[in-house]
Amino acid sequence: MQWDWQVFCEDTITREVQPRCFGPGGDITYVEWMLSAWGWTVSVSVLALLLALLTGSVVGTLRTLPSSPWVVRLGNAWVELFRNIPLLVQIFLWYHVIPALVPALKGVPGFVLVVIALGLFTSARIAEQVKSGIQSLPRGQRYAALALGLTTAQAYRYVLLPMAFRIIIPPLTSETMNIFKNSSVAFAVSVAELTMFAMQAQEETSRGIEIYLAVTGLYIVSAFAINRLMAFIERRVRVPGFIAAAGGAGGH
Amino acid sequence: MKKHLLALALTAIAATAAHAQANDTLAKIKSTGSVTMGVRESSGVLSYTLGDGKYTGYHVEICQRVLADIQKQLGLAKLDIKYQPVTSQNRIPLVQNGTVDIECGSTTNNQARQRDVAFAVTTFIEEVRMAVKANSGINSIKDLNGKNVATTTGTTSVQTLRRHERATGVDFKEVYGKDHADSFLLLESGRADAFVMDGSLLAGLIARSKNPADFKIVGEVLSVEPIAIMFRKDDPAFKKAVDDSVIAMMKSGELAKIYDKWFMQPTPPNGVKMNMPMSEALKQAIANPNDRPMEAYAAK
Repeated sequence: MQWDWQVFCEDTITREVQPRCFGPGGDITYVEWMLSAWGWTVSVSVLALLLALLTGSVVGTLRTLPSSPWVVRLGNAWVELFRNIPLLVQIFLWYHVIPALVPALKGVPGFVLVVIALGLFTSARIAEQVKSGIQSLPRGQRYAALALGLTTAQAYRYVLLPMAFRIIIPPLTSETMNIFKNSSVAFAVSVAELTMFAMQAQEETSRGIEIYLAVTGLYIVSAFAINRLMAFIERRVRVPGFIAAAGGAGGH
Repeated sequence: MKKHLLALALTAIAATAAHAQANDTLAKIKSTGSVTMGVRESSGVLSYTLGDGKYTGYHVEICQRVLADIQKQLGLAKLDIKYQPVTSQNRIPLVQNGTVDIECGSTTNNQARQRDVAFAVTTFIEEVRMAVKANSGINSIKDLNGKNVATTTGTTSVQTLRRHERATGVDFKEVYGKDHADSFLLLESGRADAFVMDGSLLAGLIARSKNPADFKIVGEVLSVEPIAIMFRKDDPAFKKAVDDSVIAMMKSGELAKIYDKWFMQPTPPNGVKMNMPMSEALKQAIANPNDRPMEAYAAK
C-alpha cells in the first residue's frame, strides 16, 4: 500500500495541498482540523474527569459513613444507576430525553451535556474505588481517630481519606485513562472530537489508514500523558513504608 | 532445505494464480460457480436488508439481473450469489481485496475513488438537498442564516455544506448525527432546523416518520452525485459484461420499470411509498449511458 501523508496538508474545502500546512492564512487544513478535534477530546475528558473526581469522591465517602444507612443507600443507588446503564445510552438520555422533559435544558450545548454524562458515568466507578479504598483500611484507624476526639468529618479528612486515596491511585489511573477513550462517544451528539474527525476525514479523503493512525497516535499520547501525570503524583505523595510496592524505594 | 524451497515456490505459484484470478472476475465466477455481492444494511431503497440475511433494493435488483445475464454469458447452470453487507468505511477495501466482487449499494462515483476501483454506468443520480419542518418557513439556503443545520458524520454532504457556507457567506451552525436516523431525530426534536442529505435518503426518512406531512424537502440542489455499481479496477471484461447488461436494461425500458417499482410503488417490508419521480438528471443518464465521475457533473 502507498502512504500519502500529504493529505494532512490539504485544505478541507478544495482539497488542494496548502503551501503552509499549519498556521494562519489559507483555508483550514486537515491537520489543523485534527488538532482542534484533539482540543475538544481533551476538553471533554479533562472537564468530565474533574466532575467525576469531585462527585465520585463525595459519593464514595458517603457510602462508608457508619451510622447513616439512608445516605449509604442513596450512594449505592447512585453508583448502581450510573454503572448499569451503557455509556452511549446515558449520552442519548442526556441529549435527547432529558431536554424533552425539562425544557430549560433545551438551550444547553451538547458539549456540556456530554461532560455531565461522561462525568457522572465515571463518578460511579470512582465512588466504588473510593469506597473500597476506605474499607481496605484497618477498622482500628477509624476508632483510633474517634478515640483521639476527632469528629467524623475530621477523622475522614485527616486519617481515612489521605490513606485511602493513596491506595486507590493505581485504579484511578486506569479510570482517568478510560475517560479519554470513553470521550469518543461524544461524537454521537455532535461534538467535533477526534473520533468524529476520523470518521469524517476518512470519508472525505479516502485515506482512512493514515487518518486513523494519526488519530490513534493522539489518543495514545493523551492517555499516556495522564498515565505519567498520575505516576508522578503517586511518587510525590508516597508515604515511605506504607505501600511497599510503590516504586520499591520505601520498604521496611 | 529443499522442502522449504519447494514450499516457497508452491506458495509463490499459488499467490500468482490467485492474483491472476483476482483481476479476472469472470474467470473467478466461472471456476467457483459463485459470486459475492456487496450490499448495504440501510441505504434508503437503493440497498437495504429485510432481516434474516435477505437484502433487497433498487440496486440489488439491478445487480441480480446483471448477474443473471453474466450467468447466461458464462453458460453456468447454477450461480450461487452470496450477500456480504458492507459499510461506507469498508466497501472500497473489500472490493479491492476480492472479498466482494460487485458492490450494489449507494456508492458515489468520484475521481478519488476511481483511483482505487471501477464503476459501471451510472444507474442513479443523487441530488443533495435539505429536509425542513413544513411550517418552518425555510425554503432555500439563504434562509439558513443563524440556524442549526444537521447532517450525518462520515458522509460527503458535510463537505458540500462547508463549501456552500463559504461560497454563499450564509453563517449557520452545523450539528452532526451519528447516522441518518439520528440526524433526522435532531430535525424532529428541533435541535436542528434543516437536515442536508441525499434526496432519496431524506424521502425515505420522511416516508417512514411518524407524520410525513410535517416535513418537506426544499431548496436548491446542493450537489449532484452519480451513484453506480462498483467493482474491481483493471478488469475490462467484467466491466463490459456489467455495462452491457445495464445498458440493455436502459434501452429496453426495463430499468425505468425497476425505478418505478422501488421509488413510486409501496416497498417491502412495510409498504412505505417513496413518491420520488425520476429526476431529469437520471433520465439523461439513462438516455446517454455513461460512467462520468461526480466532478464532471459539478463542472456544468
